Amino acid sequence: MKKKMIFSEFFKNNGLVMGSALMGLVGFWLIFLVILPQLSMLDYSFRFNLPPADVGGPKDVYTLSNYQHLLYGSDDTHQTYNTVDLMVFVRTIIAAILVTLFNIVLCYPLAYFLGQSKGTGLARLLVVLLIIPYWINEILRAFALRIIFGDSGLLNETLLLLHLIKEPVDFIRQDIALYAGLGYAYILLMLFPMYNVIESLDRNQIEAARDMGASWTRIHRRIVIPHAKPGIVSGATMVFMLSAGALAAPQILGGPSSLWFTQLVYQWFNDSLNWQQGAAYAIVLLVSTILIVLTVMRIFKVNMGDIGK
Amino acid sequence: MSTASVIRIALFAYLAIFFSYLLGPLVVMSLTAFNSAAFPSVSPWACFTYEWFDVLFNDKHIKEGIYYSVIIGLGTVALSVSMGLAASIVLTQVWAKFRSTYYTLIIAPILVPGVVLGISTLVFWDRFGSFIGASDGSFLDGLFHNGIFLTILGQSSFIASYCMLVFVARLQRFDPGLTEAALDLGATHTQAFRKILLPFMRPAIASASVLAFLASFENYNTTTFTIVKYKTLTTVLAQKVRLGINPSISALAFIIIMMTIILALGFEAYRRNNARKEAVRLGKAKASKGFLPGFMTGNPAAIVLVLVSFVVITMVGTAQSYSPEQCKAEVLAAKKLEVEKAIKALKLKRTIKKQSDSLKGPDIFAPDPAKKGSFGGVFDPNNLTTEKPVKPEEPKAKKPASGAFGGVFDPNNLQKD
Repeated sequence: MKKKMIFSEFFKNNGLVMGSALMGLVGFWLIFLVILPQLSMLDYSFRFNLPPADVGGPKDVYTLSNYQHLLYGSDDTHQTYNTVDLMVFVRTIIAAILVTLFNIVLCYPLAYFLGQSKGTGLARLLVVLLIIPYWINEILRAFALRIIFGDSGLLNETLLLLHLIKEPVDFIRQDIALYAGLGYAYILLMLFPMYNVIESLDRNQIEAARDMGASWTRIHRRIVIPHAKPGIVSGATMVFMLSAGALAAPQILGGPSSLWFTQLVYQWFNDSLNWQQGAAYAIVLLVSTILIVLTVMRIFKVNMGDIGK
Repeated sequence: MSTASVIRIALFAYLAIFFSYLLGPLVVMSLTAFNSAAFPSVSPWACFTYEWFDVLFNDKHIKEGIYYSVIIGLGTVALSVSMGLAASIVLTQVWAKFRSTYYTLIIAPILVPGVVLGISTLVFWDRFGSFIGASDGSFLDGLFHNGIFLTILGQSSFIASYCMLVFVARLQRFDPGLTEAALDLGATHTQAFRKILLPFMRPAIASASVLAFLASFENYNTTTFTIVKYKTLTTVLAQKVRLGINPSISALAFIIIMMTIILALGFEAYRRNNARKEAVRLGKAKASKGFLPGFMTGNPAAIVLVLVSFVVITMVGTAQSYSPEQCKAEVLAAKKLEVEKAIKALKLKRTIKKQSDSLKGPDIFAPDPAKKGSFGGVFDPNNLTTEKPVKPEEPKAKKPASGAFGGVFDPNNLQKD
């Protein structure tokens, strides 16, 4: 009853044609592109990978086996854990957290500098310079890093020339290239939310604190960071989710022996053609990253409404 | 030295590090596009060449990829801009209690990993097809397994959120009184939307379209799952980079970087020119003076833009006539010389080794089965009595290898001593 009233008011405000157009578009987006696909993937993850003839038949029942595979591997007795996949999962999450922290530390000073010197020529030039790499394809950015970190890449050649190392370092195998690439890929998604909130900070507050004799670190700890918190958390959320869900950088920059969790999902889908198993892994990734983000948002008391500002 | 100058130096050092991390890889990649070495590198610089651009322009996979990327980009722009606009308008009207839930719903796709979006789109439409009973080979079945259709939907699901954010920012400055006035004067809701809200939103629609197109064009994570049989530029590139890299990819990157720089400079120059015109109109600044044309006055972006365009035109011009063949021949000759040197060095090493081997004399303990019999010769009891030279072949021919030990344990050995 109540719902009906809301809808009738909505149509009164927008007219029948516009109202249904708006409703139709939003409904199509949320139902057919967001909610139903996620639900059907969830449903799929609880099913067996059956040949087409058996789908819908008596064998087509719900099962936990796809999730058990992540925990125990192909061991049916559940005695040993699937250490390979679990290690990949843990490594992905931890590395994504570290990449996020690295980006916060790297971006905060620049965001502060840009936010405080808005309008000056240098700041505008820097913003233009920042936007340029953002328009370059993710694959090409990873490719650029691969040229630099390769066996006979620029970095190795330079270090050899300076006699800092005796033989080429295998940056790719040691995953240094991967972490640098992940940090590189999403750095601007950290910078811009931070910059936006710091720009809105009233400069007088900082001046006042300085006049009262507050030290440089104290000003940041007590004034700038609390004000910038929504921006920092918003940027951190995006960087974390995107790094944990990154596929291009690990595929191009990852060492041959180490995998990213999304690569496992990709393998289940495209190499093993076991969509159900892939869907289960994707669900695990989605749920665990969302839980981590929600926990962090709860700890720092930031609302969902602050994301994306 | 005061603390202020220390901070200043630290700041500039930090800025230098930050921007070299951000731009350095792109500069290096651009340079590799002009190096004739087959593996993209700058350090052993061979020859300045344009040949990788030729390779790029003749690559049919990349051409095909760009074609599909543009189609998908246009579809995604149309779908996601309209969905984002609708969602932002609904956000301003939605019941206050429901607002935060609704906002969470429409912002969530940004946070969902692209891999998950791609998979869910693929799985959902596959099952939706069988749910509504689309038989194999029918139009709907084909549509639901069509890579272009799936990719547009999969990408729009999160690009619409980006568009929505752009529209929300603009809508905050909209005065709803305007629409009300139009309605009071007898306009229909559709007319009010078309004549009042849409013109107001036009700048936001333009920037959202550009954003959506770029996001679609460079998306990889979602596309790689939903594209099925087709290919877009990013999937082609990813495949190329994974299978083996060559500098034609750098050439493509260089073109994209130049386009980006020119667009960014053009936008900035345009904005500054407008600001200057406004200032002149208000009498705050003088009209153009000096030797520079009007649009360049006080507009560094325009000056740089002109310079960059000049460089690009020169490059395209010289690319037609410039030929690195001579330099390449020289590099090849140098390489040949180097290889020959290496071969000579190797040969020398081998001869030295051979000589030192022959100095040691025949290796009687060599584990060569052919020489097994030589033990027999060495331990032949006759060795000590007769003075005849050792001929390893003889005992081998005379008796089997096992017999050699027999010689060792021959009781006569001791007696003869």
